[in-house]
Amino acid sequence: MPSPTTAATTGAEGVKDAVFAARSVVKTYQMGEVAVHALNGVDLDLWPGEFVVLLGPSGSGKSTLLNILGGLDAPTSGDVFYRGEKLTAFNDSALTRYRRDHVGFVFQFYNLIPSLTARENVALITEIAPNPLDPVEALALVDLDKRKNHFPSQMSGGEQQRVAIARAVAKRPDVLLCDEPTGALDVHTGVLVLDAIQRVNAELGATTAVITHNAVIAKMADRVIHISDGRIAGEERNTKKVAASELEW
Amino acid sequence: MLSALDRKLLRDLRGMLGQAVMIALVVSAGVATWIESRTLLASLETTRDQFYERNNFADVFAKAKRAPNALSERVAELPGVARVETRIVEGVNLDVPGLDEPAVGTLISLPENREPVLNRVYLRRGRRLAPGRDDEVLASEKFVDANHLRVGDSVTAILNGRKKTLRIVGVVLSPEYVFMVKPGDLVPDPKRFGVFWMQEEALEMAFDMDGAFNDLAVGLAREADLEETLFRIDQLLEPYGGIGAYGRKDQLSHLLLTNDIDGLKVHGTVAPTIFLSVAAFLLNVVLSRVLALQREQIAALKAFGYSNVQIGWHYLKLVLLIILLGSAIGIPGGAFLARVFTQMIALVYQYPDLIIVLKPSVVATGVAAAGGAATLGAIGSIWQAVRVAPAEAMRPEPPASFKPSFFERIGMGAWVPNVARMIIRQLERRPARSVISVFAIALSVAIIIVGQFLQDAVDFTMEQQFFRVQRFDMMVATIEPDTPDILYELQHAPGVLRAEPLRTVSARLHNGQHERRVSLVGLPEGGQLFRLVDSSGAVYPPPTGGLMLSAKLARLLHVEAGGVVRVETLEGQRPDEDVPVISLIDDLQGLNAYTTLDGLNRFMGEGPRINAAYLQTDSELKLQTFRDLKDTPKVASVTVKRNALESFHDTVAKNLGTMKKINLFFACIIAVGVVYNSARIALSERSRELATLRVVGFTRGEISTILLGELGLLTLVALPFGWVMGYGFAWGLTAMVDQEVFRFPLVVERSTYGIATSVVLAASAASGLLVRRSLDHLDLIAVLKSRD
Repeated sequence: MPSPTTAATTGAEGVKDAVFAARSVVKTYQMGEVAVHALNGVDLDLWPGEFVVLLGPSGSGKSTLLNILGGLDAPTSGDVFYRGEKLTAFNDSALTRYRRDHVGFVFQFYNLIPSLTARENVALITEIAPNPLDPVEALALVDLDKRKNHFPSQMSGGEQQRVAIARAVAKRPDVLLCDEPTGALDVHTGVLVLDAIQRVNAELGATTAVITHNAVIAKMADRVIHISDGRIAGEERNTKKVAASELEW
Repeated sequence: MLSALDRKLLRDLRGMLGQAVMIALVVSAGVATWIESRTLLASLETTRDQFYERNNFADVFAKAKRAPNALSERVAELPGVARVETRIVEGVNLDVPGLDEPAVGTLISLPENREPVLNRVYLRRGRRLAPGRDDEVLASEKFVDANHLRVGDSVTAILNGRKKTLRIVGVVLSPEYVFMVKPGDLVPDPKRFGVFWMQEEALEMAFDMDGAFNDLAVGLAREADLEETLFRIDQLLEPYGGIGAYGRKDQLSHLLLTNDIDGLKVHGTVAPTIFLSVAAFLLNVVLSRVLALQREQIAALKAFGYSNVQIGWHYLKLVLLIILLGSAIGIPGGAFLARVFTQMIALVYQYPDLIIVLKPSVVATGVAAAGGAATLGAIGSIWQAVRVAPAEAMRPEPPASFKPSFFERIGMGAWVPNVARMIIRQLERRPARSVISVFAIALSVAIIIVGQFLQDAVDFTMEQQFFRVQRFDMMVATIEPDTPDILYELQHAPGVLRAEPLRTVSARLHNGQHERRVSLVGLPEGGQLFRLVDSSGAVYPPPTGGLMLSAKLARLLHVEAGGVVRVETLEGQRPDEDVPVISLIDDLQGLNAYTTLDGLNRFMGEGPRINAAYLQTDSELKLQTFRDLKDTPKVASVTVKRNALESFHDTVAKNLGTMKKINLFFACIIAVGVVYNSARIALSERSRELATLRVVGFTRGEISTILLGELGLLTLVALPFGWVMGYGFAWGLTAMVDQEVFRFPLVVERSTYGIATSVVLAASAASGLLVRRSLDHLDLIAVLKSRD
């Protein structure tokens, strides 16, 4: 196994070609009087079109890493590059711009707008994106075009999460960041959701990072990055990707 | 030692401090207006009643031309009469040092060597009249102060054509002149109208009234029948030129005081009710949100074995703490306002001292009412929250359900952008809350409109009375009805450009059992200096062959145009006949009955007579005009319109300004209270939604639009309702102020709507911005990691 610090990177020249390049990223939270080291020097590259699973137990720092990549949080030290641009140098409005134009988010608790229907939830994003899909087309990607006029309260958790995926991909994001997308779902619905994510990755070619503590999900990735105690603990490349529909846990 | 639950309470309160303070302010406004109005009312009534009682204010008043003193014994024998005082009361022209224009005075006789049994004066400074001195007077305080006079100073009066110097030896107050206005005026003009008391003998000599009186005051026994007594007194006085006895309710000073007190009674209930209702609504909304957020805590408490009542009481205490905070501000606030208003009133009224009566019972009722309203507002949401079974409450609330909004149901959905959709559906989901929010914001618009409307009404009244109706510069009254020769004399006085005659006659108008005492006014045909103008601006000539009545007078008499009233005159030969009512006029002041001058003289069975004249004068020559009028013996009084206008401005406008400011302040409290709380709650309910939008790339500006758009929409919808409501309130006020003395025209200027709208918009915007700041601190990550 390669050494943990270099495992996920290909050196300085990779910064330009990688979608994301993280270099010596440290994140420390002050929790009352205790300093919590969420990330302890992470180096990482993500490549165009890749499907990566970030695997680790809860508290390992994987969500913190995803938040930093998504422009929701800034590292205490170290740098993050997005397509060669230094994300850590962006100010608040540049970060908003970055999220708006390039990033698709999928959250554990879906975070749909309850007062908008499925189609409208997607439209909310397509209205502000430069080159979006049609909302119904996006819903069709997740097999929900027939439920486009339903409100969140009229849908199951799995359906809500698929709407969230449609919402995330409708802007044709360069990266799709999913934080425990199946965490609140049962196996069957979870598989449907993962299938949708896999399909989107394949059809739109968006670099996709899925955070999970569920090792089974790792089987569908191109690459699996293990995180523990705020460090990259290892990395493996799947020689044989498994389709989401074949997963079981 | 605080229990753990009470500690939680205090911390919860700290967590919602902004909202708690805003609600407490609305509560404080309710408590304050209650205490202020009740205290002012109690103070005015107590002060008045005490002053009346200590100074033996009479119950019945009557005037005659010249009645023998012996008649007083016959009056005393009438059933129900307890005390009688006869006096000589005369109007005179005054020459006051330092005052160019003529002033007028009323001289009242005081019995020698004893205190009068009725209408005693209260000696403020100086001393009482010395026996045998015919040049000493006691002067009313307002007059002395307004003219910067001191005890020992003198004024010159024309007594029955002869100039006499009167030395002020004492400054006094009288229950008859608490509100000291010259008959015919609306507002006090203390500089140019004074009341003086002097020895009876001096007045007897000056006015040839030896052994006679011309003014009667009567104190009634408790069981007396007022109407009966008035009738009998009239019978006794009729042969001596009596012009009709009247009770306290028609006594000018008392009438104006009563009008004010009645106004306070209405105000004193309406304002606190409005504020406390708004507070109850806000508490309901805010508490519902707090309870929704603490759903799981409530479940845990129940799981630990706390009873529903204990938990309910816990949250009720939160509400009562807010009430306590509101009362803590409201009680001193109310006391302060009571003092401010009392001082305002002290400018107008004359009392030895104003007794401010802050009753503990009033404070207690105010706080209890606030507590009651708050409990009423809170109890529903508390009950709903505590009765949920613990296991159910442990589970998060199901996602809020929405449905397509009205616009989409009518097929206009495609036109509505998503952000607007969110806003409209949000509002439609809680229709009651939206409606009440709109109502409350509209209310603040309406409150400002009413406050400003008073100004509009007063401005209109001033414009109407002083410029459209009264186009003269001065009005001169003679001592007695005289031949029109006096008019020629006046026309040739220096500086007089035009003079027009008029005659007034005291009369009672009857229609069945309805009766009113008025002055019949005879105006010359084609007159230009006094015009009959109604509130729409139309000008009418004086009616020939009958009367034109104030619409208000017609309502009181239950008569309409085309009907007939019996006119019982109280002067001269006292003709008493039916007269047709030709038309009605919608005028603003007093109860008036107009006819032509010739018609009136014919009715009186006399030749051409006038007792007053309107003058148009050259302002460059006004000093000469004044000097000439002061020296004209037949002239009883001169009223300068400019002065009347100024005194109107000084008293009414000043008080109005204070009231307007207070009104504006309260309206802002409501507007800010409602909008701020709505914004806080919207933020609390939707922070997750807004954070999500921020995460997916919405800017702060965009999510502010979503959050504040809802409030903006509520405010915008509320504005037109507020205008309508404000107009309605203004209408209500004109109905309430439909008094005999003074009526409000229903005039609401556009600028009033503009001011109300701007103030409420500004208050809304300010509260919106206050909340918007919180959007900058939205924790994007935390909100995504948690369930709602």
